[in-house]
Amino acid sequence: MSVQPAARLRRKDLVGIDPLSAGEIQLILDTADQMREIAARPIKKVPALRGKTVVNLFMEASTRTRFSFEVAEKRLSADSLSFSAAASSVSKGETLVDTALNLEAMQPDFIVIRHVHAGAPHQLARILKSSVINAGDGAHEHPTQALLDALTIRLHRGTLEGQVVAIVGDLQHSRVVRSNVLLLSRMGAKVRVAAPASMVPVGIEALGCEVHRRIEDAIAGADVVMMLRIQLERQGRMNFPTVREYYDFFALTPERLKLAKRDCLVMHPGPMNRGVEIDSRVADGPQSVILEQVTNGVAVRMAVLYLLAGGHGEPTAD
Amino acid sequence: MTRVQVLDTRGVSRALERMAAELIERVGDEKLLYLVGVQTRGVPLAHRLAGMIAAATGHEPPVGALDIALYRDDVGPWRAAHQQPVLRATELPVSVDDKVVCLVDDVLYTGRTVRAALDTLMDYGRPRAIRLAVLVDRGHRELPIAADFVGRTVPTAHSEDVQVRVRECDGEEGVWLAKEVAG
Repeated sequence: MSVQPAARLRRKDLVGIDPLSAGEIQLILDTADQMREIAARPIKKVPALRGKTVVNLFMEASTRTRFSFEVAEKRLSADSLSFSAAASSVSKGETLVDTALNLEAMQPDFIVIRHVHAGAPHQLARILKSSVINAGDGAHEHPTQALLDALTIRLHRGTLEGQVVAIVGDLQHSRVVRSNVLLLSRMGAKVRVAAPASMVPVGIEALGCEVHRRIEDAIAGADVVMMLRIQLERQGRMNFPTVREYYDFFALTPERLKLAKRDCLVMHPGPMNRGVEIDSRVADGPQSVILEQVTNGVAVRMAVLYLLAGGHGEPTAD
Repeated sequence: MTRVQVLDTRGVSRALERMAAELIERVGDEKLLYLVGVQTRGVPLAHRLAGMIAAATGHEPPVGALDIALYRDDVGPWRAAHQQPVLRATELPVSVDDKVVCLVDDVLYTGRTVRAALDTLMDYGRPRAIRLAVLVDRGHRELPIAADFVGRTVPTAHSEDVQVRVRECDGEEGVWLAKEVAG
């Protein structure tokens, strides 16, 4: 047994993986592991968060994460409200802080926020009494994604310790990679990242990973390959000549997957660009756990909500 | 702190043997019986009762484990500074529908754990009946709940602590009554 779980998550907020200790991560994963069973029950609902109100404040497009949080909230009997920027006063020019303060005036217990700007959840965590959960802030962090990825790996491998995880794709614009590198390295996995030179942010190795220039070097002998989406909507200018060329040099194809361990897991946080960063034969192949990631996401979000509901500790330190 | 032993290892075994015999007699058809232990110490006790029932009747009833943490009433909004209980596994290997489910726990005190266990169980199906077996009944009920099978009734004060140790969880076995000594 590697890391001992913490006795409790003494926090008001979950703004990122960075503030969490290995013991706290272990506690969230252990709790999520037990939450999975609820989805198999005839009545997929428990009363743990009865009477709690959760506002899902999604200021940026999201399908998977928002639905996943909503399902998690409903399975715990919380009342949830979902907010989309397009149909709100944000389109009339209200600031994020004003929007949040107005929502808080209605006494919610949790605010789940997705925002285009890094640090938005941290700002709300400081000024709000509600628990704030980061559902993705700019290119900074996406903690529940990293937790569900870790749970998926752990369910297949029993542990994160010593696992060689290759993360390949748009490192520059990805919040998934930051949260994942922080979490996996903290839990004793070895993380390698690879991307075209134009998509490698300066200093990424300081998070705790090896940086490779070729996908082949990153995935050789790997236990897990995690492909990242090419975020075409975030590219001010293209960082590679053509999508076809990206596929030729950086896509996960059946041939390249043979370089990894025979039972290497194939992961992707979604949404996938089939034929760009991942070949359909791999995405739909026997080693793919992409849809399991989605299932595990609900359990992880239930665990985070449940544990934070018992928090009321000191405010989050950045 | 003074600690008085109420049951030793043999005492625990004898109490369980008697409860197993009563269960067989009162349930009538042991094929309907389903033992469900409440996490943590109710689970090994349920397994032991099942073994004793199997030895007596030749039919081993199924055994399940129930975690009641998500149904508790002593956490969440009712307590200011609380700690979320650690979740443990709920494993019900066969459906509870139409079974005579016997909940098994180590200590019956306020009855609040049993209330939570009843609600948990109802979310898994519709048992024909639910019974309750406890190794120790220490009194002080706060809810209208009573056990059907009791290993030992121990009169206690609120200030006292009933400590049940079972070898599967604790390495030692027995029941003790502990109290703080003033001064």
